Amino acid sequence: MTVLPFDGLSAVLAIPLIAAAVLAVLPGYRGTALLNVLASFLTLLAAVTLFVVRPETGPLLLVDDLNIVFIVLNTFVGFTTSVFSASYIAHELETGRLTPTHLRFYHAMYQAMMFAMNLALVANNIGLMWVAIELATLTTVLMVGIYRTHEALEAAWKYFILGSVGIALALFGTILFYVAAQPVVGEGLDAMTWTILIERVAEFDPALLNVAFVFLLLGYGTKVGLAPVHAWLPDAHAEGPTPISAVLSGLLLNVALYAVLRFKLLMAANAQAIAPGPLMVTMGLTSLIFAAFMLYRRRDIKRLFAYSSIEHMGIITFAFGMGGPLANFAGLLHMTMHSLTKSAIFFAVGHIAQVKGTQKIADIRGLTETHPILGWGLVVGVIAIAGLPPLGIFMSEFLVVSSTFAREPLLAVLLVFGLLVAFGALLLRLNGLAFGEPQGSIAPVEASYVPMFAHLALVLTAGLYLPGPLVTWFQHVARLLG
Amino acid sequence: MEHLAFDVAHMLAGGMVLVSFMLLYQDRMYGLLNVFALHALVLSLSVAWEALVQGAPHLYITAAIALIVKAIIIPLALRRIVQRLNIHRTVETVVGIGPTMLAGIGLVALSMALMLQVTAEADALARQDIAFALSVILLGLLMMVSRRNAVGQVVGLMSIENGLILAAAGAKGMPLVVEISVAFSVLVAFMVIGIFLFRIRERFDTVDLHALDSFRGDRQ
Repeated sequence: MTVLPFDGLSAVLAIPLIAAAVLAVLPGYRGTALLNVLASFLTLLAAVTLFVVRPETGPLLLVDDLNIVFIVLNTFVGFTTSVFSASYIAHELETGRLTPTHLRFYHAMYQAMMFAMNLALVANNIGLMWVAIELATLTTVLMVGIYRTHEALEAAWKYFILGSVGIALALFGTILFYVAAQPVVGEGLDAMTWTILIERVAEFDPALLNVAFVFLLLGYGTKVGLAPVHAWLPDAHAEGPTPISAVLSGLLLNVALYAVLRFKLLMAANAQAIAPGPLMVTMGLTSLIFAAFMLYRRRDIKRLFAYSSIEHMGIITFAFGMGGPLANFAGLLHMTMHSLTKSAIFFAVGHIAQVKGTQKIADIRGLTETHPILGWGLVVGVIAIAGLPPLGIFMSEFLVVSSTFAREPLLAVLLVFGLLVAFGALLLRLNGLAFGEPQGSIAPVEASYVPMFAHLALVLTAGLYLPGPLVTWFQHVARLLG
Repeated sequence: MEHLAFDVAHMLAGGMVLVSFMLLYQDRMYGLLNVFALHALVLSLSVAWEALVQGAPHLYITAAIALIVKAIIIPLALRRIVQRLNIHRTVETVVGIGPTMLAGIGLVALSMALMLQVTAEADALARQDIAFALSVILLGLLMMVSRRNAVGQVVGLMSIENGLILAAAGAKGMPLVVEISVAFSVLVAFMVIGIFLFRIRERFDTVDLHALDSFRGDRQ
């Protein structure tokens, strides 16, 4: 890598940061949208180089086998969403929902958010990780409120207040972690460095760790969207621009979950502290079952899929909470599949809502007849997210269920119950959306289908055949997760 | 000397809890902002004292930020907003003051019982700071749920942030990165809030969140 002036790690952080600054001042639409795509693509390339050249672990930044999976997924979905965003935003400009000034702001915020998320993923310092997640929250709040309508403002306000409270609880947990670490590790940066903490955590005071973890789980759990602290999520998804819904569901929730996982690893390394698993299992199952029932009463298409995100984050948290190589493997796979599928669904939903001029489920019918490509794309996406074979989510859900059956049959019954309830709700809604008498505008749509079908193709491929190296890699990470 | 150091720190941190209680029962907008300024002032004194006792000069910066930004600039700016929007009448509360105060006392008792027990092995100064800080945080949360008004919620949120800074200052030798970032994030957060308040005003002629509640997503 000597040809490049800097390594992949700094590129992953520097490219979005520079792009954000440049996009904040550049006028015009075509050029900036293209630059946004280009910057996202370069970030993805930089992330991929991390597989080849692993930078050394510093006191602040870290790349290890766990977070590299998250980084590559993050930058990949960030790139495809920027492609979708370009065509989506063009339409928003035409209809006048966004003004050129707002657009400049939108692109700058998009890159700032990518920077914050990448920083949260590579942070080796638990304080830095917190700062990055806070920054990601602020940027997304601003984007959710960008339409400045009544509903968008309320959604952004709710997200802002609940997100800040969550972030505040997480910071208190972080401080308590430092207080627990300080007598053993000593004062200063070392006591917040993850790689040092994990080596010494066995000697920390377990009572303090327990309290700290509860705060961290509640705090970052708010950002994961776990019930009962999920209230911001459906509003934020429904009222912001659809590319933001896609990155919220596909990426930001993962980043918050990653923070929880890092602390779970720390907790697991201290023998006297409470096991973090049961707490995560409880929150995950609650979210799954709660969201599954809520799916039935949704009348807004973006809200429907927002609740589906709560459901899936519940499943993933559940899987990681169960722990063990198989459940962790299933959790990782499910997380990847969910990110890809859910963002593909939002790509479809974004264009659908634009062409129909509404997000109300009742006013959207017969999509497969009026807009066959979008309609069938949505059908495949929903079938995937509902967990039907042969798509990838079926496989990961099957693994979660089967590994749970082997260990805790009772929990598995609850899990399957939640999955079936959600399955019913999704297929019920899909039937109305995709088939039947067409309703609403039948105008042709200028959409970029590539991101959506690229994601769906990946999900299908994963369902049929997982490449050997990927399986080995995930197995390796799953073992690390304990 | 050590005894004195501990006593003063104890008094200042306890003072913050007291001011948090005062925040709970304010029913006028200006009163609320004045008491918040006092809250920030006590925080800055408390952090400055920690800086002196711990011999940690970087904490003076945190204290100065708390004093200048939170005790002076933010209350003045909020006061201007309140004046401009003409909302300086009474603040609507969800529950009566009596039950809120009782709930507050319960929360403080809870945080003391919890924190003093689990931090038994930690440094005495850090121990009391963290117990008081948790009280301030919980009282701030209580304030946020007991106010309908946007300004009231923002003040509640900022009092939570004050509690966090108290905890961070009490944790001996906690790296500077975090304190600055806390103060910084509050600044940014405040900007966001400012924009929001004005936007809300633009649209609805009110900052009463109750009016915003007419929108309930799905329940059309």
